[in-house]
Amino acid sequence: MADVSIDTKGLNCPLPILKAKKGLKEVPANGTLEVLSTDPGSVADFEAFCRTTGNELMASKEEDGVYSFLIKKLS
Amino acid sequence: MSDGNQDDAKSMSMIVTKGSLDWGYPPFVLATTAAAMGLNVTMFFTFYGLTLLKKQLDLGVTALGNPAMKMPMMGMHIGLPNMMGAIPGVDAMATGMMKKKGVASIEELRKTAVESDVRIIACQMTLDLFEYKPEDLIDGHEIGGAATYIETATQSDINLFI
Repeated sequence: MADVSIDTKGLNCPLPILKAKKGLKEVPANGTLEVLSTDPGSVADFEAFCRTTGNELMASKEEDGVYSFLIKKLS
Repeated sequence: MSDGNQDDAKSMSMIVTKGSLDWGYPPFVLATTAAAMGLNVTMFFTFYGLTLLKKQLDLGVTALGNPAMKMPMMGMHIGLPNMMGAIPGVDAMATGMMKKKGVASIEELRKTAVESDVRIIACQMTLDLFEYKPEDLIDGHEIGGAATYIETATQSDINLFI
């Protein structure tokens, strides 16, 4: 289970990233954030977001049109 | 910290020159995303772009300047004839379409930009030209001119003109 989970299903760019950023503030250091999304563009965007912010993208999955990302807060 | 805005953070500046609904999106989408990614962001609003800072937004789409724009309508993509831009209801339709598709409103993005400590500069010359008063604009903006922007631009990793 992630420390914090946010649901951005139905939202379009850049809202999944903006809400993830907000969600990360609630996550303790080295904790995890789960983000759910239906935006196909969010796959590449969460990779770029994590590379740039220095957080770890631990998992990126898709099931029935719903993308889920697990981010470890490192920075 | 992931809050960014530390001194060694990357930075982005942009000049925002257009104030329509469609042209209002790119600057605010990029500014809020860059801020979320830890960049220090500065937006310099000038000419028609300054209207994006008004407390009460009343933005329209610029079909007139974009004859190639094809909007999804009635199950297909239809080019908007230039005269469409002058028909009442087209702006409301565009706004409704964005909401249905989970696209943020300009107001929502602008609020996020302010909350993310994006530095917002209103062009003094444009204020004079269009006879806007600083109190017509959202709180949190500062007033500046070309030199203010240039100084910021020389220190920025990314500079955009939109």
